[in-house]
Amino acid sequence: MIRYSVEEEYKGMIDAYQKAGGDESVLKSKDTAKLVVHENRVLANDGIKGLKIDTEETDSGVRVNFTVEKGTKVARPVHLCFGLLPKEGLQEIIMKVDAQDNSEVSVVAHCIFPNAVKVIHKMDADINIGANAKFDYKETHYHGEGGGIEVIPKAKVRVEKGGVWQSTFALSQGLVGKLDYDFEVFCQEKAVAELVVKVYGRGSDDIKILEKIHLDGRGARGMAKSRLVLSDKARAEVRGETYGNAPYARGHVDCMELVNGTEAVAVAIPIVSVTYDTAKVTHEAAIGSIDRKQVETLMARGLDENEAVDVIVRGILK
Amino acid sequence: MLVVENLQLKLNGNSIINGLDLHVGKGEIHGILGENGTGKTTIANLIMGTNNYRPTGGRIIFEGEDISRLSVSQRAKRGITLAWQEPARVEGLTVRDYLSLSAKNGQIEQYLLMVGMEPAQYMDRDIDDTLSGGERKRIEMASVLAMHPKLAILDEPDSGIDIVALPLLLNGIIEMNRQGSSVLLITHSERVTEVAHRVSILCAGKIISSGAPLETSQWFKNNCLTCPHINEPAH
Repeated sequence: MIRYSVEEEYKGMIDAYQKAGGDESVLKSKDTAKLVVHENRVLANDGIKGLKIDTEETDSGVRVNFTVEKGTKVARPVHLCFGLLPKEGLQEIIMKVDAQDNSEVSVVAHCIFPNAVKVIHKMDADINIGANAKFDYKETHYHGEGGGIEVIPKAKVRVEKGGVWQSTFALSQGLVGKLDYDFEVFCQEKAVAELVVKVYGRGSDDIKILEKIHLDGRGARGMAKSRLVLSDKARAEVRGETYGNAPYARGHVDCMELVNGTEAVAVAIPIVSVTYDTAKVTHEAAIGSIDRKQVETLMARGLDENEAVDVIVRGILK
Repeated sequence: MLVVENLQLKLNGNSIINGLDLHVGKGEIHGILGENGTGKTTIANLIMGTNNYRPTGGRIIFEGEDISRLSVSQRAKRGITLAWQEPARVEGLTVRDYLSLSAKNGQIEQYLLMVGMEPAQYMDRDIDDTLSGGERKRIEMASVLAMHPKLAILDEPDSGIDIVALPLLLNGIIEMNRQGSSVLLITHSERVTEVAHRVSILCAGKIISSGAPLETSQWFKNNCLTCPHINEPAH
């Protein structure tokens, strides 16, 4: 395997990040907390007052302890940048997040694998959102066109009384490869969880999504939303599960999978359950082709059919 | 500009359009007035090429070229566009994105103002279910205005539009025409055809009368609205 110097790795990561539409100036800003990890090497790690990012390099990746101290409101989004530039390799991120009571933070994670031929990227996260804390997590993947990548993000999230967890996982640049997404959230009293997944599957991509929300506290609210577009021979199975286990819990599962062509396969499995008569959990699941009228609406403004489909797909996955 | 000759469409053995002849001149607003089920939207689809409608007979000539077999995009690139009776909603596509697809210059705000919508309030909203039917219709009209088409086909432009917004919409049609677009105005409302230069009455997929708006609308009121043989022009 080709080894790069730290400088080369950092430059390579930043180049790939910029090619994917990222803004390098954000990563250079001293006011912005950030963590840049290539393979199992920490290339940059800047915390700010009230926010600590402790790291430990392991054989196959990095352990990260991410702490937002009690009452800290982080003004600018924190940027996490994970990636692997070689064609082959394994990156395991073991993350522990402690967002303490009344804290607020927004985290933007970029996962960059532009050259993957045989790459595995795993994230195992143990996340605690304190009382009345708010944590917004957006993870965007930038893959190459090789498709030789396996992405396995798993998270267990506990949201304490009045806390808010919002996450968005987006993978629409490059081939997905194999994706096994598994996020499970446990909400206490009046806590809120919103899980959103947006994926564009092409080629022979193999996609599994599990969004699971337990509404365990009185008045807890949750939404599991997924938007997938599948072309070529891509396959996807989406499971959205929400359990109303407490009085006045409110949940919703919203799954939409669009199939473009005749060979892609989409499966949706919503599971909703309530164990209190005042709890309410609803679901909607739609699987179908891209709406012909939407396509023709854009064609009537002068777009070719492929351009029209692309605009619609980008809109859904935005 | 647009000449439709002996146009016919049969679907599942049923004749929907029966030898329709129509002429829309350059710079003309031509109204097509008809009751429900007479084939108004079908004509819009046939001229635009949408909904997989292709004539089973006759010709559609636009600027001297038979466009009957062209795709929707090809027709749009020749300068024809359509505002749907019920415009599509597209999740994640903002009003700004949508108008920008049509606009030949970057000044898209003006087109919203023309249909009485405040750009700051609407530009970053998605054209999805969060917009009312009337708002979506006006955005559709703004999109057509932004395109500066040679021929705009407006299918029931007043449906879902309240009485406050209707004059704005009609002014939008007049402005579109003033900027050089011919307009084919398809409607069941005599009120809307007041802005037309000429009006044709459609019955059972055929034009049965044409003339000046006032006289033709009066003829429509006197004959069509009281007719016990709707869509049976032989009577």
